[in-house]
Amino acid sequence: MSLRVSELRVVYRTLKGDVHALDGVTFGLADGEILGLVGESGCGKSTLGKSLIRMDGRMRHLGGTAVLDDEELPIGDDRRMNEFRFKRVSLIPQYAMSALNPTRRIRKLVAELLRSRGVALDAAELESRMAQVGLPPDVLGRYPIELSGGMRQRVVMVISTLLDPSLLIADEVTSALDVSTQKAVVRALLGFRDRGYVKSMIFITHDLALTHHLADTIMVMYAGRLVEKAPADVIVQAPRHPYTRLLLDALPEVGVRHADRRLTGIPGSPPQLLDPPAGCRFRARCPVADDRCAEDPPVTALASDHHVACWKA
Amino acid sequence: MLRLDDVTKRFRTGMLGGGSVTAVSDVSFEVAPGEVVSLIGESGSGKSTIGRMILGLQPVTSGTITFDGSHVRPGKEFYRHVQGIFQDPFSSFNPVFKADRVFAMIKDVYHPSTPGPEWARRVEAALHDVRLNPGQVLGKYPHQLSGGQLQRLLIARALLLEIRLLVADEITSMLDASTRIDVLNLLAELKARGLGVLYITHDLSLGTYLAERTVVLRRGSVVEMGPTGQVFGGPLHPYTRELLAAVPRLHQPWDDAVPVDACAYHVHGGTGVLAEAGPGHHVACARLGTCP
Repeated sequence: MSLRVSELRVVYRTLKGDVHALDGVTFGLADGEILGLVGESGCGKSTLGKSLIRMDGRMRHLGGTAVLDDEELPIGDDRRMNEFRFKRVSLIPQYAMSALNPTRRIRKLVAELLRSRGVALDAAELESRMAQVGLPPDVLGRYPIELSGGMRQRVVMVISTLLDPSLLIADEVTSALDVSTQKAVVRALLGFRDRGYVKSMIFITHDLALTHHLADTIMVMYAGRLVEKAPADVIVQAPRHPYTRLLLDALPEVGVRHADRRLTGIPGSPPQLLDPPAGCRFRARCPVADDRCAEDPPVTALASDHHVACWKA
Repeated sequence: MLRLDDVTKRFRTGMLGGGSVTAVSDVSFEVAPGEVVSLIGESGSGKSTIGRMILGLQPVTSGTITFDGSHVRPGKEFYRHVQGIFQDPFSSFNPVFKADRVFAMIKDVYHPSTPGPEWARRVEAALHDVRLNPGQVLGKYPHQLSGGQLQRLLIARALLLEIRLLVADEITSMLDASTRIDVLNLLAELKARGLGVLYITHDLSLGTYLAERTVVLRRGSVVEMGPTGQVFGGPLHPYTRELLAAVPRLHQPWDDAVPVDACAYHVHGGTGVLAEAGPGHHVACARLGTCP
């Protein structure tokens, strides 16, 4: 097993108190596995991604562990974590433009970054990796502003994976891109895994349809907790948690017309995590909730690879 | 109601304005009352520029835009009937003021003589129309509300005017899947009451959900337009086919079988002249009818 996260709890400290963004999340990631992480805004999916690489000043690690390749990640310790960043755990940020230094040509930017990590630049390797994502070699001599959004995103992807990290975290990398560019980016990510540049990957998104084309496993989160985790096909074809079903019902597809089939949103909004309610957190919006849901549903295994946290599943 | 005829927009570029870029070229279409037209294109296709020209935020270089037969003249009377809503709800509001200040601004400009209690009643009715609970949104600052609530506040604000045309530029792209559908269903209700909507998006599935007619833009030109069912059910232009093939679908693998190698649009990098391929269905393809 490549990554093992157990009972991870992370809070955001605010003036009003702690916001429980991650409240006891447990999951594993096998070698070569791509995990799609989906959920609404504020469900904790980005917090989970950030926790595994760098917590910002407002975040605090309350408990739980993350073990990568049999070595525990010091996720609460910003300085010790530096040893792991980029070399063992790497991140592709959402906004590629703000990730690239606008005053440097790409080649110089990469060389400086590698020097800061004590690694020499292998120019041939860099060019071959650029070619694999469809970028011509002359991109290296250009400034970030001279590249289109999709090209910048691919440059950042190549840089992030240059040191062959074990775990790659891709946080909403396709959200700002056009459909055809999205497709190229997803294909490139699959290529990274297939060529062994990265061992495993967490792909964070709110786009269930796109995740289904990339991920082996999909994990759905709600209000800081795991709701359902199963192979991608099972999540899409036979979801068991009411929240997963409602998310799928809200998904528009090309060809679905308002006049023919009315899609429905999920009524209500997620609970405040400053003071999370007791019991199942989806209870207030759930169409099948009853008295039993006042008690916390444990994450149970329906099959060896299908986990659900619901009394009704 | 709204009509664009051969609208072209050129931007000057370079330090002395020596160069020029054609962002929109010869675009013509109409939006009728109670009709949703979706304007679909990738980044840089000129779709937002068209929206901004309709709203009078940018002048046209050539061609005409008319609303009810008269030229667009941005001003109080025009904005009483035509309103725009944009992508990022958080930058549409001033973070320093409470979000419901947008309603007070409408009152000051358009309804200064309406008595306070009567105005409050109308604000509540408008909020009810967009499925917002007044108690949850009034008196709050923008950061205390969600993206979906803020977008709905802007629609409610438009409803307090005698709005007839809404230019919706990527209004749902920052929202969650479930909220996105709520906003779209709301537009469908308003459409049934006679509102015309120009729905600008790069998301094909959202574009097809509501629209009667679809306009596909590529590099500032219309490549295909017509009834949504025909444009997406039987796309004729290779660009439309490519776009459709790139959309991730839940129950199908990605379709790579789009034969574009032998296509004139790829060889010459250009398109043909817009010609009628069926009733109301126009395609700009040089090899229309001869392509397999």
